[in-house]
Amino acid sequence: MSKRLQSKAVCAAFLCLSLSAFNAAADIELRDFCPAGFELTPDNACVLHTLYDGYDSLQGAGVGGLRSALPGARDGFSPQQIDLGRYLFFDPILSGDDSMSCASCHHPELAFTDGQGRSTGISGAQTRRAAPSLWNVAFLERFFWDARAESLEAQMTGPLYSPLEMGSNPAELLQDLGENERYARLFREAFPMRAGPVTLDQVYTAIAAFETSLISLNSRYDQYAHGYHEALTGDEIAGLNIFRSFVARCAECHTPPLFTNQQIAVIGVQEPDGLPFDAGAGETSDNPTWRGGFRVPSLRNVALTAPYMHSGTFETLRGAAEFYTLGRGHALPDEEKQRMILHWHIWEPELSGAELDLLVAFLGALTDEAFLPDIPELVPSGLPPVGKMPAILENLATGNTE
Amino acid sequence: MNKTLVQLGVAVALLTVGAIAGIKYAGDNRATVVDDAARFAAASSAGGALTQSVGGSASGRVLEVRDGESIQAAVAEAAPGDVIRVYPGVYIETVYIDKDDLVLSGVIRDGEWPILEGEKTLNDAVLYSGNDITIENLRIQHYKGNAIMGQAGNNFLIRNNRVIDTGVYGIFPEFGTNGLISHNVLSEIEDAAIYVGMSDNIHVANNEVFDNVAGIEIENTRHSIVEDNYVHNNTGGVLIFITPGLPIKTTYDNIVRNNFIVDNNTPNFGAEGSIVAGIPAGTGILNMAADQTTIEGNVITGNKVIGILITDHMNAPNLTLDPEAEPNSDEIAILHNLMWDNGTDTIPEITALKTLSMVDGDVDILNVGTSTGSCILDHDQYPTVGLGDFGTCGFTTTADIVTYLLPEPAERREITADEMGKRAYYGVCAGCHAYNVKMIGPPTQIIQALYLDDPQGIVDYITNPVKKRDDYPEMPPQNYLSEEVRRAAAEYMLTVRQ
Repeated sequence: MSKRLQSKAVCAAFLCLSLSAFNAAADIELRDFCPAGFELTPDNACVLHTLYDGYDSLQGAGVGGLRSALPGARDGFSPQQIDLGRYLFFDPILSGDDSMSCASCHHPELAFTDGQGRSTGISGAQTRRAAPSLWNVAFLERFFWDARAESLEAQMTGPLYSPLEMGSNPAELLQDLGENERYARLFREAFPMRAGPVTLDQVYTAIAAFETSLISLNSRYDQYAHGYHEALTGDEIAGLNIFRSFVARCAECHTPPLFTNQQIAVIGVQEPDGLPFDAGAGETSDNPTWRGGFRVPSLRNVALTAPYMHSGTFETLRGAAEFYTLGRGHALPDEEKQRMILHWHIWEPELSGAELDLLVAFLGALTDEAFLPDIPELVPSGLPPVGKMPAILENLATGNTE
Repeated sequence: MNKTLVQLGVAVALLTVGAIAGIKYAGDNRATVVDDAARFAAASSAGGALTQSVGGSASGRVLEVRDGESIQAAVAEAAPGDVIRVYPGVYIETVYIDKDDLVLSGVIRDGEWPILEGEKTLNDAVLYSGNDITIENLRIQHYKGNAIMGQAGNNFLIRNNRVIDTGVYGIFPEFGTNGLISHNVLSEIEDAAIYVGMSDNIHVANNEVFDNVAGIEIENTRHSIVEDNYVHNNTGGVLIFITPGLPIKTTYDNIVRNNFIVDNNTPNFGAEGSIVAGIPAGTGILNMAADQTTIEGNVITGNKVIGILITDHMNAPNLTLDPEAEPNSDEIAILHNLMWDNGTDTIPEITALKTLSMVDGDVDILNVGTSTGSCILDHDQYPTVGLGDFGTCGFTTTADIVTYLLPEPAERREITADEMGKRAYYGVCAGCHAYNVKMIGPPTQIIQALYLDDPQGIVDYITNPVKKRDDYPEMPPQNYLSEEVRRAAAEYMLTVRQ
């Protein structure tokens, strides 16, 4: 309590400073409390607690059945680091032309995706893959569809500095943030042990801190898993039973409780019309048997993240589910089929249309956004928060329904 | 792989099991003694019955299900400790058990069994995720997926079931610790009849498996014993695997002993693309990449391709390699077994390897690939190929290890109310209530002032909330949390200070 008052007083002092500096009516203060789901410890760290903490998992691997433990989470960031990360995440100052923020492709209203099959970078540049959801990235070990990054910090340097995505570079990023007095103050507050100018590591740490605070583990499925069987409808339970059956085999790779086993799988999805074949992890590793392989994505909040697969081949969840019952390698050109080793779980389960509907019904029960963070009304750069909006939200805002 | 073949200088065609590449056809390491130090997990059995730590407690009520009634309806009604007795009849349904401590027990009367019938349209007969589950005395037939599939249930007991043509697998526990599979008879399964996947501390005993593609498979699993089983007329008898690409990456410390593994020559009818579809018909035991497999006291006869085949991942066909899975079969121990009449009609690839090794007669045991720290008790006992690197075992038996089942059931941890309350508060309540900040619901501080010393007041309110404040939405009921968890969360909420 006293600590909180103390930090308020400090903030008040900063507020006076910033009033004179920016001549603004109000200025940005970093939160001194943790996001939902996290306990603030006496040493100012936010520690995650979930109802899954009461369970074990085999070999501590964080995969299993309904009541299995999650994989280990990245947590322990301070409230200030998490909140600074939130400002950075929504601030277009991070892009080369100040036009887009992380949220332009990972928007909270679209479950931290952009609703596109292939994301659009600065100046309308087309990327070749979809922006994955950021829900529950605290539990992931690998990032990007092709799994080429092993930390969020390594991952974010991809979009930040890709000329097709945010188009910035380290020097420009440091200069933009360093010249901004608000950021200088906020970084000092978030990293009090380290004097001196803003560093790239601090930027990455803060954004990772925010991203790892995005926890979604309170779906109706979770209520069922913890023992409240009335949480799911009869159709959803029937869908769950198809999902975990060895006929459909969904749960063999999309394994609870995270609904991914975090492995690379070669499943043989075709690219959308006219796009060249994407070798995925076969391109970014020295393992030729991963040709066409991609990281198994979590299915939490999947009902909110259309279109589906690494490049948006399927518009609907039902289309994505149907892919798995149309036959092994059915969608691949012959020459690719020869070159790829499809996952052994890809077979011909002969699911009926009714079963596909039940699967989709069940996947809808994995939706939970109770811990959705809010978008800042003001970001330190003074630029419009988020910047360029995902097209689907832009169209909604302008009434364009095309 | 091609490179290795070129190095060998011989055009060895793809084995159905794979390209046999790194064979050790030269060398003699028999002078090296390989002992059993640190090889086996501490023998854990307290000396009681195998069933002492597995299965339901049967401490509750008995629910009866008769022909024409639904087994699932009884499961829905059952509470932990209950026994569901299923009388003879035909039950066309999928039974799923997402509760702990239940016994699903068939009643066999005058030779009449309760039959779970899948009519080749239902996926699975029994799915369970709960701990301490017993499934016994059921005839299960004509499903598409499995007869019995477990996901993460610990302390399972699956016994005395008759499983016929249930699709991909017969009995398939996955992600489980401490389980006994015994006295089951399984046939006509298109993959493994008994498939233990990603599990620990398992005992598979006294089962009969025949007319399947694979008889018994131990995959990405540690500390198991497969003993006293009758494994005959499958395509392959017993498989001990590390399958790459799974989240659990190891297989070690497994014992295959005292089984009959005979005449496993059934033509392969595995599904296209499945790993077992590559097993040549006529394989007794196949060890792929698994470490510390001990093979003792088996009767291995009449398997026309090979009695025991040991391979690494590189020599297996159509396998996606996994950099996190160690690909070699290391520390294999072959003790005394009765091997006879194996390899009598083998595949051309093995014939080529025999030529390379200057072996004329039929071969019982073949190793391909690097195998470090492996041994055989008597190098002269069987015709072998590729065992040049094998030392001589310095131990003769595993008899001291009765079982790897745990003396006490796994995961019966006592969770304190404080821990439970903290998890529920942060995991659920904190979505709407922060300590001193207005979120969707009022701050915890305000709730504390209202309910000082009255956690039950909070429990009562959250169970049946009513709209109280104009400036907040009505709270949704939290009755999906158990009474115990609601109480713990309420008590914890009153102690939060930040």
